[in-house]
Amino acid sequence: MSAALRTGTESFLARFEGLRARLPGDLVARQAAAEAFRSAGLPTVRDEAWKYTSLRPLADNDFREALTSVEGGSLPKIPAIEGPRAVFVDGRLREDLSSLPDTLHFTRFANDPSFGTLSRPDQQPVVALNTMLAEDGAVISVAEGVDAGTLVLVSLAAETEGRSVTFHPRHTIRLAEGAKLTVVELSVGRGRYLHNPVFSIEVASDATLTHIRLQNEAMEAFHLATIYATVQSRGFYDAFTLTLGGQVSRAEFHARLVGPNATVHLNAAQLLGGKQVGDVTTVVVHDAPNCASRQTVKNVLTDKARGVFQGRIEVERIAQKTDGYQMSQALLLSPDAEIDCKPELQIYADDVKCSHGATIGELDDDQLFYLRARGIPEQEARSILIRAFLDDALQSVSHEGAHALLEQAIDGWWQRQSASAA
Amino acid sequence: MLEIKQLSASLEDGKVILNGVDLTVPSGEIHAIMGPNGSGKSTLSYVLSGRDGYEVTGGSATFEGKDLLDMEPEERAAAGLFLAFQYPVELPGVGNANFLRTAFNAQARARGEPELDAVKFLRAAREAMKRLAMPDDMLKRNVNVGFSGGEKKRNEVLQMAMLKPKLAILDETDSGLDIDALKIVADGVNALRGPGFSALVITHYQRLLDYIVPDRVHVLSAGRIIRSGGPELAKELEATGYAPMVADAA
Amino acid sequence: MAAVAETLDTVQSLTGSGYKWGFETDIEMDVAPKGLNEDTIRMISARKAEPEWLLAWRLKAYAAWLNMVEPDWAKVGYPKIDYQDIHYYAAPKKKPGPKSLDEVDPELLKTYAKLGIPLKEQALLAGVEPAEGDEPARNIAVDAVFDSVSVATTFRKSLYEAGVIFCPISEAVHDHPDLVRQYLGSVVPAGDNYFAALNSAVFTDGSFVFIPKGVRCPMELSTYFRINAKNTGQFERTLIIAEEGASVSYLEGCTAPQRDENQLHAAVVELVALDDATIKYSTVQNWYPGDANGKGGIYNFVTKRAACRGARSKVSWTQVETGSAITWKYPSCILQGEDSVGEFYSVALTNNRQQADTGTKMIHIGKGTRSTIVSKGISAGRSDNTYRGLVRILPKAHGARNFTQCDSLLIGDQCGAHTVPYIESRNATAQVEHEATTSKINDDQLFYCRQRGLSQEDAVGLIVNGFCKDVLKELPMEFAVEAQKLLAISLEGSVG
Repeated sequence: MSAALRTGTESFLARFEGLRARLPGDLVARQAAAEAFRSAGLPTVRDEAWKYTSLRPLADNDFREALTSVEGGSLPKIPAIEGPRAVFVDGRLREDLSSLPDTLHFTRFANDPSFGTLSRPDQQPVVALNTMLAEDGAVISVAEGVDAGTLVLVSLAAETEGRSVTFHPRHTIRLAEGAKLTVVELSVGRGRYLHNPVFSIEVASDATLTHIRLQNEAMEAFHLATIYATVQSRGFYDAFTLTLGGQVSRAEFHARLVGPNATVHLNAAQLLGGKQVGDVTTVVVHDAPNCASRQTVKNVLTDKARGVFQGRIEVERIAQKTDGYQMSQALLLSPDAEIDCKPELQIYADDVKCSHGATIGELDDDQLFYLRARGIPEQEARSILIRAFLDDALQSVSHEGAHALLEQAIDGWWQRQSASAA
Repeated sequence: MLEIKQLSASLEDGKVILNGVDLTVPSGEIHAIMGPNGSGKSTLSYVLSGRDGYEVTGGSATFEGKDLLDMEPEERAAAGLFLAFQYPVELPGVGNANFLRTAFNAQARARGEPELDAVKFLRAAREAMKRLAMPDDMLKRNVNVGFSGGEKKRNEVLQMAMLKPKLAILDETDSGLDIDALKIVADGVNALRGPGFSALVITHYQRLLDYIVPDRVHVLSAGRIIRSGGPELAKELEATGYAPMVADAA
Repeated sequence: MAAVAETLDTVQSLTGSGYKWGFETDIEMDVAPKGLNEDTIRMISARKAEPEWLLAWRLKAYAAWLNMVEPDWAKVGYPKIDYQDIHYYAAPKKKPGPKSLDEVDPELLKTYAKLGIPLKEQALLAGVEPAEGDEPARNIAVDAVFDSVSVATTFRKSLYEAGVIFCPISEAVHDHPDLVRQYLGSVVPAGDNYFAALNSAVFTDGSFVFIPKGVRCPMELSTYFRINAKNTGQFERTLIIAEEGASVSYLEGCTAPQRDENQLHAAVVELVALDDATIKYSTVQNWYPGDANGKGGIYNFVTKRAACRGARSKVSWTQVETGSAITWKYPSCILQGEDSVGEFYSVALTNNRQQADTGTKMIHIGKGTRSTIVSKGISAGRSDNTYRGLVRILPKAHGARNFTQCDSLLIGDQCGAHTVPYIESRNATAQVEHEATTSKINDDQLFYCRQRGLSQEDAVGLIVNGFCKDVLKELPMEFAVEAQKLLAISLEGSVG
């Protein structure tokens, strides 16, 4: 490990030592996570799972700073979307800003600090980091057969004037049999900080969880999210992530299909510019017969941005009749943009239908010319084509409010790009 | 030639499809099996040719006195049973000529007959193709890959013409054919007509039977033969539809 | 094509069960003691009367190797190799050069016959040049490498007249020292990776091919590699150079006796293509795969790499991998020259307990470079079959193109099929397309074939050959026919 990463690791461990007396819940689990984090350290590009995403820029910050009161500091605006909400500021629930629905059971991790069984701090340093330092989070459960509607889960990072803060929310979502819920997760902020959430998601038989994520963190921020989900028979976990913010970000999914006829969708789009690095990493494990998984991941990259997609489908011997599909497409809009892609199949059952595809290219000149020949100015024509490129991933988001919000965010991104290009 | 007695069969999930079929096709005769959708027509052809996925729950089927149900699919083929598939299967990367010759020689070997060398085989295949109005390049293409519906059906008849079966089962061979193609296909079958050849023509419509005139017509409904008669039975069906007959039988 | 028919007959006549090339040739051998140290390397170098620079190069590679660790990233598992328990040199004892067929060691001749090397070529291998006007319609020049050394090379004279050098690399070191010194290690440096470093230290022989400017090699060149001696590693090194506008097609075939112990084969192949040069490199790899329980078999750890240095140069790798207990190889192309082209066509079939981790690397450096990858993996029995590939587009590779198609077929539910592609693009004008599928052998296709009279096993063979068609059609005719047979034979017993 490089000296920088070692220093970064030490700084987090020091923070743990400073905070440990105040942290809620099971110190044994935290101590074990700290040991795992100490021995593994912040991942390096020599770790196969982090081959394409360097955490050097993260390690260069000193995150020793203990969080002070969440009062003060100016708050960014919450993106406009209707519906009940749970608002976290710097990783802690702000009840005054929240309005919780009565269709579901909500408590905060600070009051119910359980780490669950899904996460693997022993294998994932970034999850170990969360387990070591988690202070708060949403603990949500929906009872059998209940359609709990929509919950907007907001993470705000307040401006903290030059001090680098980190927060490590620990969220749990449990849907009982036949339950339904849509979680719209929004991450926005100001300044330089690390947002390091871990989700444990359990979808029981016949339940459906729709998880729409808009990651629009500050451009200087770091966002390292790890989402664990298990899906039982006929259950459905339908996730979509739009990544716009963060200097280095990663959305890492571990989805496990454990009952027959379960389905998982892990769709994502990343629109990155400047020197941003955005990473979508997915591992889908088919551990029961007749399950289906679908992934469409789009990258639109400009300036010196780098997009990463690593996707692995694992099909266990028992998982006959698996239907797995994965598509990664990237548009490089500038000479210095880079895409790294590793779609992976690991298959041990024979009666399966698995495929993946990857395409990389720039906007199609013929299409661009066609639009311009019809009188559409170049910038607008480009915008139309990029929209069209993103369309089949976005289509998977049927929630109206969320869909509109994502569209808006993409518009905003494009306008910023056009403005900086002009 | 073919003797089916009280044949019953179900899918692996237990759903009963054939429910006591009795049918005898003497040598040299062509019989038609007609029936509404879901009556078990295709299942009958698959059970007779030995496809996996069906369980014979009762009855028997013999072919020239041999127990058909006890044989592997390729043994049935070598014995002279040919199934023209309703949906001919695509074999990517396998050339049509190579496939046909491999099949021909495998059957010849099984029967202890001499195999055909490539030159003789190609000559025979080209002649058969001319009769079926098939372009030469169809031999070079991969089996059924990129073929139109009509081309696939003609390819089935080409295989039949080359393999010269004793009993051909034509499973909805007319579906997807325009009238010209239908005539060509019918000519192909009629050309084989003679003392040593029988056929079971499975069809939903009477149209094909204008060109391949059957000796007998059987109506299959709910897995049983509910009526048998001469070619006029097909005409009757054309006029009345299946409903009155099915209602009578019920 | 008489040669093909003879070869096929030979293959067919070898009827024993399982692996058909598992015989051992009883021949007088000159064997170095087991173990690896500087003395072993000095001994190999001395035995070949090598120049000082080459010994120094070997020793440097050995020093590098000592500081390296055996790679473990491939999806293969095997007990630790004891590098001190291997003979690093074994050669048939040299007798005075044969003047006629009768003087050639009959055991060696028998071996060629069993390997399926056409009879005419057997005579040629024994050193008998054909009489004037008696040349077969299609000539293939053959180099035969027996354990550590090249035992015979045919057609050298007629090739030499065309300006082509085709000889054992150990001879090239003496006869063409400048060429060897210029190019050896220029594509795969001595310390490139663990097995390449080991090879650089101890390589014993292999083929050397040089096609000068503007020459199209008048015939196909081929090498038959044979591991015969017990507890021997085979470390051959092949170097092919095609100068401006030159072209050559090179084939290699590999077999080994059936033994209970694992044997190591760590070869290095370097190809250099200058402006407008074309090299086609085809492999049919049928080293002993071990028995049904995974006992014995060759560890085939090979580094193959081509440098497309010249503009419009082209290198095409075609491989049919059916043998070896473990295969670890990634024939690659460094596409440096503008508009240079790299191709990789691969069939890898694993059965029983075999493991294969194979694929390619296409490194696009120059403008307008293009690459095509077609990989077909077939897993049967309890085997594991992995495609691992890298497509890397560097910033200057304007207009580069890659197309990758990578399909896996599973036969039976105890095997594994894995696909691990790495795709990296740093140029917006480049276009990369990658497609991969995994499926089982189709029941409808099987039934269709059986309804037409094919046995289950023949039907599987036919469908598998169809699945591999896009690769097999890239092989020279003789090899294509053999490869088809080989696929069918290798699948024996896989269909229950």
